[in-house]
Amino acid sequence: MLILHCPYCGVDADETELSPGGEAHLKRAGPGTPDDAFERYLFHRENPKGVHFERWRHASGCGKWFHAARCTVTMEVFGTYPAQVTEPPQEICDRITGKRPGWSWGAFS
Amino acid sequence: MSEPVSALQGAIFEGLVKVEEAGPCGMITLRGDLASTQVKTAATGVAGVDFPGQGEANCAGDKGLCWMSPDEILVLCPYDQAGAGVAAIDKLLAGTHYLATNVSDARARFVVSGLDAREVLAKLTPADMSPAGFAPGRFRRTRLAQVPAAFWMRDEHMFEVICFRSVAQYVFDILTAAATPGSEVGFF
Ligand SMILES: [Zn+2]
Repeated sequence: MLILHCPYCGVDADETELSPGGEAHLKRAGPGTPDDAFERYLFHRENPKGVHFERWRHASGCGKWFHAARCTVTMEVFGTYPAQVTEPPQEICDRITGKRPGWSWGAFS
Repeated sequence: MSEPVSALQGAIFEGLVKVEEAGPCGMITLRGDLASTQVKTAATGVAGVDFPGQGEANCAGDKGLCWMSPDEILVLCPYDQAGAGVAAIDKLLAGTHYLATNVSDARARFVVSGLDAREVLAKLTPADMSPAGFAPGRFRRTRLAQVPAAFWMRDEHMFEVICFRSVAQYVFDILTAAATPGSEVGFF
C-alpha cells in the first residue's frame, strides 16, 4: 500500500484515498509540432525500474493534484511536492541522489 | 417557503454506537484565498468562531468553520440562516475573486456517538482514527467505504459526519453495519 503525504492538506493519505494521474512533468506538443514530437507527447512514457515521478490527486480528500517521487521497485517514497512546477524541486532531487546515486529520469538527474 | 426535508428525515440506529441523521443543517461553501484577511473575516462573520488552521474544525453549537482545502472553507450555521449567510459573504467580498454557495440541501449530516464511535469510523475509513491521530478540533476529508465523506469530533465520543445527500442512505447503512452489536474490535 502506497502512502503519500499530500502537500496541500498535510494528510498522509493511503492509496485508496488517491487517484493516479500518470507520468509527471509531461510537456505538451501543441499545434504545429512535427508528428514525431506529437507522437512522443501522446504515447511515449517512462517505465522505469527505480526512480519515478508521478501525478496523484487527493481525490477523497482536499481534491488537489500533486507530484510524487518514488521507487517503483521498493515502493519507497522520496517525497511529494505541489503541482505548480514543471520540474522536481532541487530538494527532492538531492534526496533521491542521496539514496540512488547516479539516478536519471527523462531529462532530470 | 417550502418545508426543509433532510435526506433520511432523522433516521436513528442504536447499536455499538448511536447513529443519527441530524436533520437540516446550514452549510455554505466558501472558496477563495484563505490567506486573505477579507475572506477570513467573511467566514468568521457568519460563523462567529475563530478561523481554523489547516485540517481543523472550529465549532460552537450549530455554527462552525471547517478547513476543506487551501482554498475552501465550510461554514456551518442553522439551516434557515444559510441564505442570509451567503448574502453577507457576497456583500463583503463583492469585487474580489471568491465563490460562496449555499450547499445545505446537497449534503447530509450524521451524529455518531458512543464509547466505540472511533472504532466504528475506523472500520470504514483509511484515516488514522487513533486518539493520537485524530482528536477534537481536527477535521478530516476522506472516504467512508466507497464514498467521499468528512468528519470532525464534538467531543471524545461524538463525531459529526457529512456526505453528499445522494449517498445518505448508503452512509447510514454502512455506519449501522459497522455499529452492529457484537462486532466490537476493541482496538482503541
Ligand atoms: Zn490533500
